[in-house]
Amino acid sequence: MSINTKYSPAKAVNGEPLTCTSETTLKPEQLLELYRYLKLTRLVEERIVNLYRQTKVVGGVFRSLGQEATAVGTAYALEPQDFITPLIRDLGAVLVKGIKPRDIFAQYMAKAWGPSGGRDLNIHFGDLEKGFIGPISHLGDMIPVMTGILLGGRFKQKNFVGVAYIGDGGMSTGAFHEGLNFAAVQRLPLIVVAEHNQYAYSTPTSMQTAVKDLAEKAAGYGIAGYIVDGNDVIACYEVMKHAADHARRGEGAVLIEAKTYRRKGHAEHDDQRYVAEGEVEWWEKNNDPLDRFEKYLQQTGVTKEQLGEIGAGVVREIDEDCAWAESSPMPDAEQAAFNVFDNSIVPPAFRPKVLES
Amino acid sequence: MSTTVKKEHRSARPERGGQATLVEAIRQGIWEEMERDPTVFVIGEDVGAYGGAFKVTDGLLDQFGKERVIDTPISEGAIVGASCGAALMGMRPVAEFQFIDFISAGFDLLTNYAAKCRYRWGAGVPAVFRGPCGSGVRSGPFHSLNAESFFLNTAGLKIVEPATAYDAKGLIKAAIRDPDPVLFFEHKKLYRLPRLREELPPDDYIVEIGKARTAHAGRDLSIITFGAMVLTALDAAEELEREGLDVEVIDLRTLAPLDKAAILASVKKTSKAIVLHEASRTGGIGGEIAALIAEEAFEWLDAPVIRVASIDTPVPYAPPLEDYYLPQTKDVVDAARKLAAY
Repeated sequence: MSINTKYSPAKAVNGEPLTCTSETTLKPEQLLELYRYLKLTRLVEERIVNLYRQTKVVGGVFRSLGQEATAVGTAYALEPQDFITPLIRDLGAVLVKGIKPRDIFAQYMAKAWGPSGGRDLNIHFGDLEKGFIGPISHLGDMIPVMTGILLGGRFKQKNFVGVAYIGDGGMSTGAFHEGLNFAAVQRLPLIVVAEHNQYAYSTPTSMQTAVKDLAEKAAGYGIAGYIVDGNDVIACYEVMKHAADHARRGEGAVLIEAKTYRRKGHAEHDDQRYVAEGEVEWWEKNNDPLDRFEKYLQQTGVTKEQLGEIGAGVVREIDEDCAWAESSPMPDAEQAAFNVFDNSIVPPAFRPKVLES
Repeated sequence: MSTTVKKEHRSARPERGGQATLVEAIRQGIWEEMERDPTVFVIGEDVGAYGGAFKVTDGLLDQFGKERVIDTPISEGAIVGASCGAALMGMRPVAEFQFIDFISAGFDLLTNYAAKCRYRWGAGVPAVFRGPCGSGVRSGPFHSLNAESFFLNTAGLKIVEPATAYDAKGLIKAAIRDPDPVLFFEHKKLYRLPRLREELPPDDYIVEIGKARTAHAGRDLSIITFGAMVLTALDAAEELEREGLDVEVIDLRTLAPLDKAAILASVKKTSKAIVLHEASRTGGIGGEIAALIAEEAFEWLDAPVIRVASIDTPVPYAPPLEDYYLPQTKDVVDAARKLAAY
């Protein structure tokens, strides 16, 4: 099976700055909504960094700076009934699926009103109604879990596809292989988005795998493969649309490689000492997904003012949601004991009486 | 290539109740639950056409079809992960490990995904992960495991191991209906043991998870055990009875959550306790139970709590080696005599 490269990374022509592909079925109002999500993703993360610097974030902060288009564009191509399981750098997909920034802020600050009530961090939660299954830290594990979600969907005769995001690092795990292989054998509508952002923590892709393009791995599973420019939000949308149609028609699983670049370290503490001089700066200057999309929109007649208005709306939403999350209390300590099991059957795991005087 | 299989084979639906061995009891239980609830399905290696390595799922494919009886690749990570995902979608998976030794290949998803989902975001994972465990059948280091200790330190997994046919059926049905993940260990030595053949009631019944039973009531000494070691304990009790020692045998049935009340009630009655299990001694559940008794029944004790367990080695293959490895009836009798002397 050959790899579909129609939306492969664009090269700059005659020194002209990169924009986005014009081969799109997206309508003008959809393009603006897509822009809103891209902007929202970047600004939510920037706000989280502010909270982190104010020591309000309890754990680490993980950025998708420079690769937001992959998550936003692919998720935007899905139907409401479709499922996603993102990685930590896929906040954009989570927001597109309808999770509110307030939930994300509350999660980062370990607040009681967050969806996990302070029990877990960042996007480590889920919302079955919205088709969002949060990841765990163990990379690869969500591929077989999503395969099971799709098995469940098939049993219940529901027509949805499932998207599992993975990176160039996570593809080295056994769980990735086991999950994708099983989905391929069962011809389940699983779409794996391999975000090739070139680093797994500090390890470059050349030390993860001997293949040149991650999409080559599709052949090993007998499934369709795509390569897409992960910094072109429209290309990401179009490729996912194509892949989702393929999967929805019952033609089996799909592997999409999105070529992109991680401009920040693994988390905020990471000084990126392992990155070549000037590399991050080159991507920032020449291949920023938000810049590219803004240029594209302006070429199609959208004004700077229109974009500014959308940006201002995003900031208002973030201000409101952040204030809400900050106003949440921390969880009551004793809540730690609840919900290991269904507590109507097994009592909460309170501290033992033997320690009481 | 021909598409017809070599042997045309169709297994009959099991009886509802009647005389049954432990393996027949489990098969009855799964079968009845699949009839009762269309969301119950079976997933594992060779569980379909072949009916499972020990024939626990024999006949299910013919009856329920390949949508509900899924043969998987050799891929425990896929089996566990897919079971978790399907459970989140409202299904009730019954996943089989061909031998419980292979649960190690699904360990990550069991301990990090299945066990923590409800705690992290309130989503229960109602899945059963079952398979043959246990030694004493000359199967060597990779087909003889007792895996409970690997999981006892993980909050969020229930662990069940029946020792009678009645309990096996009642517990597998309870496990399938449970809203949380259940590890269901079936001692392979008990599967077809004639001694365990018993009359099962024709009616639907469950055995509650989390409740121990008294396999033999006594006043002088408690043996706290489970699985195949229940039989060893009962044999020891019979021998000790001839010496005038009245031994109580507690069959835990559920290892997590542990029935602490039953353990403590028995020890408070007899004041002496042996904890007997088949897994290796160090880090085994015996240490946990001994500590529980020391913390909460110290004033009632007339003697130290003694652990009788396998030695700290892999399970060896040759009969003399494996017999040396495993606790024997004589070891339990000797330990009881030692305690009786206090």
